[in-house]
Amino acid sequence: MNIGLEAGFADPVPDAQRCFRAVLDAMAHPGRIAHAAGVTAPYPLGTAAAAVVLTLVDHETPLWLDSDAATARQWIEFHCGAPVVADPAACGFALALALPDLRRLPAGSHESPETSATVICQVASFDTGTAYRLSGPGLREPAVLTVQDLPRDFVSIWRRNHALFPRGIDLILCAGDRLTALPRTVAIEEV
Amino acid sequence: MAYVAVKGGERAIRNAHTWLAEERRGDPAVPDLGLDQIREQLGRAIDRVMAEGSLYDPDLAALAIKQAQGDLIEAAFLLRAYRTTLPRFAHARPVDTAAMRAARRISAIFKDLPGGQTLGPTYDYTHRLLDFELAENQPPPDAPRAAPDLSPVPRVPDILGREGLLEADGPMDAEPGDLTREPLSFPAGRDIRLQALARGDEGFLLAMGYSTQRGYGGSHPFAGEVRMGEVSVEIEPPELGFAIDIGDLTVTECQMVNQFKGSKTQLPQFTRGYGLVFGFSERKAMSMALVDRAMRAEELGEDVTAPAQNPEFVLYHSDNIEATGFVEHLKLPHYVDFQSELQNVRRLREAVERREAAE
Amino acid sequence: MFAVCVRRWNGGRRRSDADCYDNSTIFIPHCPRGTFMKGYNFAYLDEQTKRMIRRALLKAVAIPGHQVPFGSREMPLPYGWGTGGIQVTASVLGRDDTLKVIDQGADDTTNAVSIRQFFARTAGVRTTTHTGEATVIQTRHRIPEETLRENQIIVYQVPQPEPLYRLEPSRVETKRMHALADYGLMHVKLYEDVARLGQISISYDYPVMVNNRYLMSPSPIPAFDNPKMNRMPALQLFGAGREKRIYAIPPWTEVRSLDFDDHPFRPINAHQACGLCGATDSYKDEVITDDLGGRMFVCSDTDHCEQRRAATVQRHGPARPGHRAVSGPSDETGDDGSGAPRHGEAATP
Ligand SMILES: [Zn+2]
Repeated sequence: MNIGLEAGFADPVPDAQRCFRAVLDAMAHPGRIAHAAGVTAPYPLGTAAAAVVLTLVDHETPLWLDSDAATARQWIEFHCGAPVVADPAACGFALALALPDLRRLPAGSHESPETSATVICQVASFDTGTAYRLSGPGLREPAVLTVQDLPRDFVSIWRRNHALFPRGIDLILCAGDRLTALPRTVAIEEV
Repeated sequence: MAYVAVKGGERAIRNAHTWLAEERRGDPAVPDLGLDQIREQLGRAIDRVMAEGSLYDPDLAALAIKQAQGDLIEAAFLLRAYRTTLPRFAHARPVDTAAMRAARRISAIFKDLPGGQTLGPTYDYTHRLLDFELAENQPPPDAPRAAPDLSPVPRVPDILGREGLLEADGPMDAEPGDLTREPLSFPAGRDIRLQALARGDEGFLLAMGYSTQRGYGGSHPFAGEVRMGEVSVEIEPPELGFAIDIGDLTVTECQMVNQFKGSKTQLPQFTRGYGLVFGFSERKAMSMALVDRAMRAEELGEDVTAPAQNPEFVLYHSDNIEATGFVEHLKLPHYVDFQSELQNVRRLREAVERREAAE
Repeated sequence: MFAVCVRRWNGGRRRSDADCYDNSTIFIPHCPRGTFMKGYNFAYLDEQTKRMIRRALLKAVAIPGHQVPFGSREMPLPYGWGTGGIQVTASVLGRDDTLKVIDQGADDTTNAVSIRQFFARTAGVRTTTHTGEATVIQTRHRIPEETLRENQIIVYQVPQPEPLYRLEPSRVETKRMHALADYGLMHVKLYEDVARLGQISISYDYPVMVNNRYLMSPSPIPAFDNPKMNRMPALQLFGAGREKRIYAIPPWTEVRSLDFDDHPFRPINAHQACGLCGATDSYKDEVITDDLGGRMFVCSDTDHCEQRRAATVQRHGPARPGHRAVSGPSDETGDDGSGAPRHGEAATP
């Protein structure tokens, strides 16, 4: 059944560990760019998105895919064993090539805000696009992150998410072999 | 310098370990204890270690008991730590205790009943007199044998249940939780509560069950049935689509039957407390059934007043591996915190002395 | 229904790539520092467990100070002895990391040695006693004196993650209080201290507010160390194995020790300078030197003290003898060079 499927991590234990540290580093320093490697990504995913999925998703995490990401569904199911769910409200992770409607994803409860979804969103680039000013835990001083392809009204979408704290969605952005993260704690404004 | 810090490098630890190994072996003139001897002759210890170690494997339990010098909590800990590293390749179907090949089956609530009363290998009616012949390694007398009766023995609660006098078993469709994968959270379902009790410390459950009999959350229990014997474990691999038998377990099951006065919506009937334990461990299965029933107080609309009726209290304190680790961790160095407290007490005393001097 | 475990993986259906690393018999053949324990995965935990813990860690970082429940595993070390910290470290650690383990601020306390050995055996990583060289520091009861850097990770062993447990033992209740940010109980307790004793009487495990939202236990570090947590450049991770909770503080996050305007937070420390290196600004252990009331104060952070003494030796020549008897070098032989017997050393009766 796996004929024609790209491989997973070349060296699963250290590759997953390195990718995790990249995500942890980005989550702890919102907007910091980190690199991922070690995987031949299936279309339409880039190296970073594929590596993050392999690192964090498994049969214990219901996964929602947007229609573009669903192209890679077979690869994900084979390598991660993740149950793919049709209802975004039932997911632990969402993998998308365009920012999904965050209001349709679980934001956690006040008692258990950690049950909120993590969105892995692949974007075009961190070199060109809209510049955002980030501030909050993890940042000594405000930082600037440039992202191509987030929705035009991303700042107000995020403001709504940020205001839910301690509830809220956490976002991992991937572009090619690079990634960064925007935890719910980060405040975002357009530069 | 007189100060000898309680600081040891690798060498101190290594030396302690070799000393321990020597002590474990004891007098080398005495023959080494074989695992088969432990498995065959210390069966109740094996059973307890498997139950509290949450791993059914008599050979590994024997090794653990030997390694722990007979410290059964330490042995259960060894099994638990080993268990963590084992892959899970399947989930078993619920074992069917009605199909048990029972070596023992008694009911305290009927004089006789279908399937009969079978005492089995019990200590119940032994007179507790030290047997000095055993000390002389005399072989036991032959036990009388009969042709094995392999017909299933109906479970007493099922007999009672037909009249509607006993509550039915709850629905079984939901996938049971697993507190070794997901941490406890409350309210904890009965599946999780039973799992915690089955892994729980026998002594703790005994004391908790006993406390309900002495008025701390009493529930008028009757031992509806206690049975011990072998059950089959089956798994159903999805690619096969049918169940296959992968082996047998010895388990002890206890069904307590408890009074229930009924409510506005329910006729008076009997309720149950349930106990199921690896191996032959009636004390634990019965205690478990008492505590299970006590923890159902809220569900059944009874007053929750006693420790045994408080699931949070029971479940957070029933695990002896957690308990022994935390109690014993007090022997680790705490001198940094103690130093803080020393300075703190000195500061508080100075403040009082200053105040008194000023008055 | 219960899970069926196998003692040896011998085939079966391969569900996914993840699964085939999810067992006890996988041995990673190429570890640059060679020997880690045969029959176990890198850093002991199986990959499935690491993923679960890693997910919990990311959520913990995203919700600073909030206790995230996790499926804590039974470790081969007892609960209460650092199983939470060990699981966090095992999930974070990679081949390129350099690990430092301290207990009471010292690298050579027995439990620190034991945990360092555990990772040397199961992960084959480089270990160090120097705070500055470490990329991951696992600690029990102290924060090193040397200011931690950005890109370092400090992992705290936490016996009791719930800061309110002495005031409200039910975790169902405390969970509700955290949800509502209802910390009145703690304020009342501190107020009662002030009313009765004229000051707040907590000297260790002094509660902190993280990012102005969550009341958090800093683990049983002395209150002296609390200010180091505030806007720390390093990432702070906390693991409580027995209580099955993970929490975190991202770098540069505000961590405030609870106090009152008229009774500000005051960390406690001995007034004396270190008897070995002369430091006045480090946290001190009080060492009883005889049974006549003799005592000396020495740095609790053994690495800090040694580095200071080494610097002094470079400037002024060898220090006076006897120094090493107290803290000893933190080499792995445990030989402190003083000839003084150490605890547990007399092996054979
Ligand atoms: Zn010093």
